[in-house]
Amino acid sequence: MATPTALRVVEKEWVAWRRLWKASVFQATISPLLFLAAMGLGLGDLVNKGSGGVNGVDYLVFVTPGLMAASAMMQAAGESLWPVLGGVKWMRTYHAAVATPIGAGALFAGHVLWICLRVLLSASVFLLVGAILGGVPSWWGVLAIPAAVLGASVFAAALNAYSVTQESDLPFAVILRMGLFPLFLFSGTFFPTSRLPDWLEPVSWFSPLWHAVELCRAATTGASPSAGSVAGHVAFLVTALSIGCWWGVRRFRRALTA
Amino acid sequence: MISAVVVKEAGRRRSSASTGRGALRVVERNVLAYRRMWLAFVSGLFEPLLYLLSIGIGVGGLVGKVPGPGGQPIPYDQFVAPGLMAAAAMNGAVLDTTFNFFFKFKYAHTYDAMLATPLEVGDIARGELTWALLRGAIYSGAFLLTMVLLGLVGSWWAVLALPAAALIAFGFAGAGIAATTYMRSWTDFDFVNLALIPMFLFAATFFPLSQYPEGLQWVVRCTPLYQGVALERGLTTGQLTWTMLLNIAYLVILGAVGLRIATRRLRVLLQP
Repeated sequence: MATPTALRVVEKEWVAWRRLWKASVFQATISPLLFLAAMGLGLGDLVNKGSGGVNGVDYLVFVTPGLMAASAMMQAAGESLWPVLGGVKWMRTYHAAVATPIGAGALFAGHVLWICLRVLLSASVFLLVGAILGGVPSWWGVLAIPAAVLGASVFAAALNAYSVTQESDLPFAVILRMGLFPLFLFSGTFFPTSRLPDWLEPVSWFSPLWHAVELCRAATTGASPSAGSVAGHVAFLVTALSIGCWWGVRRFRRALTA
Repeated sequence: MISAVVVKEAGRRRSSASTGRGALRVVERNVLAYRRMWLAFVSGLFEPLLYLLSIGIGVGGLVGKVPGPGGQPIPYDQFVAPGLMAAAAMNGAVLDTTFNFFFKFKYAHTYDAMLATPLEVGDIARGELTWALLRGAIYSGAFLLTMVLLGLVGSWWAVLALPAAALIAFGFAGAGIAATTYMRSWTDFDFVNLALIPMFLFAATFFPLSQYPEGLQWVVRCTPLYQGVALERGLTTGQLTWTMLLNIAYLVILGAVGLRIATRRLRVLLQP
């Protein structure tokens, strides 16, 4: 009885996932590693020949933490759009859940928590393979896992909140292509934001992904960053996560307990 | 208006197949449907353009020059742009012939409704293929225009890059419809991603073949997207070779065989 109801939601997802995990392996694990191989090794070799790497490190070392945080974001987004609309509109499992002692707020929290666990697993596998390929020179790199999860949780909270009141999935493709995809490509993932046009660089400071990438990169390269910059990135992400959670609880209550 | 046309055509059912007019009706239906989803359509234009800005220009500045199709060094953005253009044609064509085709076939029963009109199975297959080809060509056309504006086109041969993109879309649309007729559930569509993503990343799109060891180079040369990349890169850089005829033949056969298989399969699946 003492178990928080949000953990019951996690348990439900776990029971379902245990049978269906194979279907998600490509999207969550193999696809990011293919990007790492193509960009880190194939394209990276050209970058190293052309300009001797980026910011003093090999391109593979540069792009590994970027792709790690960006893949975490994409995975969180994928789990926060269609599955949420499915729960509230198509299969109505959310209505079934709130008919039990699980409240709408706990349902939201449980789903976000579950997504974080999924990202934790994928990010760990990614980091391990990245390290084997030679993209993670420092043992501090382990800290990139919580950093990637924190960054992904911001997107999970905000997109869960958004999806739960949608009428159809038509806007989802647009959000992916015109919202998340530009973040994926321009948040310092593949090249330093200092290479962006001057007017665009300050915009990237508002991208949660940029903060997550910077944290991951500080960890995997072992670049001994200043305490102030780490605190700043973490503070931005925690603030964004808090706003997302506040919004999400409100929207889940409105959608499910009307 | 439209119903009047349909009634008029109902009397010459057989002739519609031979003139391809029925296929145009299917295209017309898709145009009308997409007028309500124009944002989803237009947003597809942005993906290749964003890749061009991020990888082509952002990372490209760090790369400098790479060996072009004739072996002479060209700036990286000029190298990667035709690759992305070929990928745009592929993606535009595959989206509508796999995911959307399956939804219309299995859930929306759009094709059952079509067969209740004078349209035939052949019209449906040809119509959907034509539509997918147009979508791929529109995406590639917008991309080519951007390449011209950014100064990434080095030759007048590039005017042929648009028909080449339509040919790439034809090949992938034919293969896409044929593959979709064998799909049983959405889970099977993982195979579509399993084919598309590695091709997008490794078919000499982002880096030249010379980055691979000899054996792997031949594997890459056999992929359908590589034909498109080689064709577009030859045309936009003006380095034409005879092997481009092989690339063309490959894509023509891919599309034609795919369309044939799809029509035959659909005849069994749609007409009980």
